[in-house]
Amino acid sequence: MTLELIVSKIWKIYNGRPILRDLSFVFDKKEIYVIMGPNGSGKTTFLKICALLETPDKGEVFYLNSDKKRIPEDINLFRKITYVFPEVGIFNASVFDNVAYGLKIRGLKKKEIVSRVEEVLDFVGLTHKKKQDALTLSSGEAKRMGIARAIVIEPEFIFLDEPTAFVDMENTEIVKKILLQIKERGKSTIIIATHDTHFASKVGDIILKLENGKLLTENFA
Amino acid sequence: MEFLIEAFKKALFLIINLDREFLEIISLSLKVSISALIIASIFGIPLGAFLGMKKFPGRNVVIVFLNTGMGLPPVVVGLFLYMLFSRSGPLGFLYLLYTPTAMIIAQFVLAFPIVTALSQASITKVDPIIKLTAKTLGATPFQVALTIIKEARYGILAGVIAGLGRVMAEVGAILIVGGNIAGYTRVMTTTIALETDKGNFELALALGIILLTISFLINTTLYFIQKKGVPANIT
Repeated sequence: MTLELIVSKIWKIYNGRPILRDLSFVFDKKEIYVIMGPNGSGKTTFLKICALLETPDKGEVFYLNSDKKRIPEDINLFRKITYVFPEVGIFNASVFDNVAYGLKIRGLKKKEIVSRVEEVLDFVGLTHKKKQDALTLSSGEAKRMGIARAIVIEPEFIFLDEPTAFVDMENTEIVKKILLQIKERGKSTIIIATHDTHFASKVGDIILKLENGKLLTENFA
Repeated sequence: MEFLIEAFKKALFLIINLDREFLEIISLSLKVSISALIIASIFGIPLGAFLGMKKFPGRNVVIVFLNTGMGLPPVVVGLFLYMLFSRSGPLGFLYLLYTPTAMIIAQFVLAFPIVTALSQASITKVDPIIKLTAKTLGATPFQVALTIIKEARYGILAGVIAGLGRVMAEVGAILIVGGNIAGYTRVMTTTIALETDKGNFELALALGIILLTISFLINTTLYFIQKKGVPANIT
């Protein structure tokens, strides 16, 4: 099933100031969308609203299935979308157990969990760290682990908030390669919020700029 | 000084020879305290988790009551339970006074606020990003709650062990509701109090050594748990 995300005329107001104004957009491609904008422009708020972690003050956000029918907001939908926070929430467990979390709560069999986690850890270059206490990872490794944990559940939508925050140049490069490879797999729509112009230009298929509460198409060319 | 050394030697003799009465007292002490602790954990951990995760009117009042309960004087607990269980009391018909059950209830009352309050404190300290992460990875509300409890496990365990330390060492409550009946409700702390009164120091000292060893083991475990994981406010 292919999901589409519909953002329809949303408003979000903080302290009397509209952060998002009558914003509409359709995310319907298995590509990488990058939302840019300076700090405080509302990127994170927009991303969280899209991921159903926050609600808009006006307007609506919903997902359509391949028959263009609206999907109810229940656990079945939540399990198709995932969100990677700038400061990766690390469970007090091994790297393996962190990545396996989403599969365990879905009740998958141990054999399948092991096989999928190992494949994803290999994909993000963390196989050698799988038994390590995840809290001892560097910030770059933690970010890669966060991405591995998100993609192992094979979501249709992956939201990444500032994926290069707290990450060095080397790990930024690795994160970029991982995201491009996820896109190549063609299973997920990736929506990234970042203020890193260089990173956005390297990974983004569709670059959008959040300005004065509106989403504008950005062209780097 | 000589009398102290003599008493100490006799105490060691009792320990080494595994005296039957001596073992029975230790066994009942452990049974009562561990039973009370298990029951306190069954009720205290979920309540602590609920208080740590949910905001509702009156929550702070409940937390203040629990924190006050952590410092409940055992003799006062004993007094209230005595009044409840005595023949003319409202629960007198249960005939619980001077039984191990009454002792378990008394120790439950002492352990419950500790286990609950420290569980609540540990759960409150779990980084909110953990809850959000679990949710965004597809966890149901129940799975999110379990994940938070798991994250707070070291703090919760520290609370349980602190509760054990509290009940193992208390004497006031179980003396009043248990009555210190030989072979039935006599435990380590009440025996120490009684035998010291009688001038029979060797049994008191032998039990004191065992009690100190248990306390040492509890505190060592607590130290390593606190070092390993989430801190709990144990003072």
